[in-house]
Amino acid sequence: MNIIEDKFSVWQKRFSLSGFENKSSELAFVQVPADQTVAFITTVRDLDGYKHLVFFTAVDLLEDGVFRLTYMLHNYTTKHDLGIQTDISRDSASMESIHHLWPHGATYQRELKEMFGIDFPGSPGVNESFVLEGWFAMPPMRRDFDTKEYSEATFFPRPGRKTFDTQEYMKEQLYPSEAETW
Amino acid sequence: MSDSNKQIDEIASQMKMANDGLSEQDKAYFCDTRPHAVEPYKGILEKFANWARSQSLWILGFGTGCGAIELRPLMTSRYDMYRYGIQPRPTPRQACVFVIGGYASVKTAKRIVRSYEQMQGPKFVLGLGSCTVNGGMYWDSYNTINRLDHYIPVDVYITGCMPRPEALLAGFNTLKGMIREGKAEGMNKYIENFDWYKANQKKIIKDWNMPDYNW
Amino acid sequence: MVDAKKQDPRSKFPPVEGGKSRYNLTSGKYMKIWQGPQHPGITGNMSLELTVCGDEVVDCKTHVGYLHRGFEKLMERRKYIQCFPLVCRICVPEPDFNEYLFAECVEELAGIQIPERAKWLRALTLEMARLTSFLMWIGGQAGSFGMGTIGQWTVTMRDYMLDLFEELSGGRIYHMYIIPGGVRADLPEGYEGRVESTLKQIEKVLKDVELALMHNYVFKKRAKGLGIITPDMVDEYGITGPNARGSGVKRDIRKDNPYLIYDQLDFEIVTETGSDAYARTWVRMKEMYQSIDLIRQMMKKMPKEGPFFQKLPNVLHWKVPAGQTYHKSECTRGEYGFYMVSDGTELPRRVYVRGPSYTHAVTLMERLAVNTNIADTAGLMVSLHTYPPEIER
Repeated sequence: MNIIEDKFSVWQKRFSLSGFENKSSELAFVQVPADQTVAFITTVRDLDGYKHLVFFTAVDLLEDGVFRLTYMLHNYTTKHDLGIQTDISRDSASMESIHHLWPHGATYQRELKEMFGIDFPGSPGVNESFVLEGWFAMPPMRRDFDTKEYSEATFFPRPGRKTFDTQEYMKEQLYPSEAETW
Repeated sequence: MSDSNKQIDEIASQMKMANDGLSEQDKAYFCDTRPHAVEPYKGILEKFANWARSQSLWILGFGTGCGAIELRPLMTSRYDMYRYGIQPRPTPRQACVFVIGGYASVKTAKRIVRSYEQMQGPKFVLGLGSCTVNGGMYWDSYNTINRLDHYIPVDVYITGCMPRPEALLAGFNTLKGMIREGKAEGMNKYIENFDWYKANQKKIIKDWNMPDYNW
Repeated sequence: MVDAKKQDPRSKFPPVEGGKSRYNLTSGKYMKIWQGPQHPGITGNMSLELTVCGDEVVDCKTHVGYLHRGFEKLMERRKYIQCFPLVCRICVPEPDFNEYLFAECVEELAGIQIPERAKWLRALTLEMARLTSFLMWIGGQAGSFGMGTIGQWTVTMRDYMLDLFEELSGGRIYHMYIIPGGVRADLPEGYEGRVESTLKQIEKVLKDVELALMHNYVFKKRAKGLGIITPDMVDEYGITGPNARGSGVKRDIRKDNPYLIYDQLDFEIVTETGSDAYARTWVRMKEMYQSIDLIRQMMKKMPKEGPFFQKLPNVLHWKVPAGQTYHKSECTRGEYGFYMVSDGTELPRRVYVRGPSYTHAVTLMERLAVNTNIADTAGLMVSLHTYPPEIER
């Protein structure tokens, strides 16, 4: 527990880290400004032993107008996961690439480009389609993309689907006693 | 719904038979005639042919979705579909039954259409799982089709998520009965309503870069 | 993507020039062939775009996305309890890891403590799922080298395991057994005896498999030296699980970051030093024996009585407090993880699924397929134990 807090104070001298969340002895999250992120990742990879890129993903925070990128790194010596988070603007989203640090970083970036529309200039094959094929609508993982609306307009819904209010329906039909307690 | 119908009509009106969407170089490789319906034989000959067809169903070894996992127990010793004359084949040219293993994403749907058209007639389609009927779990997903029968003709649906191997065997037996009675006419249905099927397919497959009929 | 810098120095073939394809296909020396998605040698539903020179693969590019259902998007518009039957469908051979990780994330965010017996029951199903998945896999591995008999034996054994699952949870493939708050049902009466007799049968078959497969001349000849993962590639490519352990890298989340009750069990991490497909097969064979042993240990040590479910608040209007967390576990293929963000409403904000095949099937496969034969790509791919739906979800 203390080791990671010590490390955090060391990192704070070199980077302007804006937040730190120590979840447990195995997991911590740290907030880094976007322009220092790749430098920070390189530092923790090369100097602190966070050698394993577990995953790299984004969360669309539509209300704040930002994408929150999360790089999850793992240190096999201390058996600790470190989530490095950075916020980038939602419009014309662009970020530095990490494909030179890990080859599979390029795959994650290809996916993010397709699913969120975040650009990573210089990343190999970032503009190729990864999962979707012939997709012309907005990137589907963006928060303002409505999958139900799209599905109803594009595919042919079989008529006859009914939607019930779950609690009311449980009371009426199935488990009158369970609906009270659950 | 009316909007979507209009869209389909629009695509259908623009559609030219021939190898639309292919480059000039590639066009030479593909036949561009329309498929034509197959007339049944006369009388007892057709009955005999149907009996023979129903006794050897060769399925295409294309695991299109998670339903493919139940094909493994089915083709190994416990459920052993070989005793019903059913066996998997690696290529569409040798197969006559296409088992759609559940949900089909748009990318797979394109391959399903291609593989289905490459299969030799008479050919039959088995829709496996609830997701082929109405989308099932993924009814609101942006990437999976909801109704398989809008894209290729389906002879038998097997519902469930996932259907048990016994359900699959029952489905195969239903299909056999249909073939013997001469009711499994999916291929002719596809050819008769060719324009409708093509328009539906083109509505979801936005980058159509293959021949219209993939013979 | 193999870029010019990363190209194998032993390769005698031309690198990228000016960002264009390295291989001039019109020269007649190279040919491009697609293996999959309609191909029996492909695990799951994905495809390899191979550039070959004669029989030798000089370039490989994997294409995924044939099974994309948009789980992460669908979960954003479903309540927590509605997500729970959805998550298990991400991975078909062993859906329990999805259920467990989803439940674990929700429990941490909502601050739910689960009873002790629920932890044991969860670990038991996870270990049974591991055995089930490996039994399926070994059939595929043998089949990809032309030995169909092994698959006939082991897939049947897998089916007996599925019968046990069916008895426990009511489902053969999708169990939906591990639910936020505990597990759905207690062990049926006399279950231990039936598990034990199935394990004995499996042990017997595994001994046969060992004789027929691991000491088989053809298998040794073809699998030895195929797809060598050197230990320094492990960190570079993010390789986890048996693929890393086959290279002598001693890492196992069950031991390193013990979850559930794995710290109370007695087992050693299995490693091999061969680094090739043959060594990886050995690792998995030994892990199957280990799994059987662990199931027996659990049956012995498990508390016999006690609650198995923690009553939840009204799940239909259940608001999980805002926060984020990441949980991981060791599945048959490597590190499986769920990253969950909640914003304090009834719906999860974001659920990200980290599947081990993500790196194995795309980047690593593109690297390893170079310099192999067309016939070996199927065996190589199975030896990495990739499973496409966890790549594209």
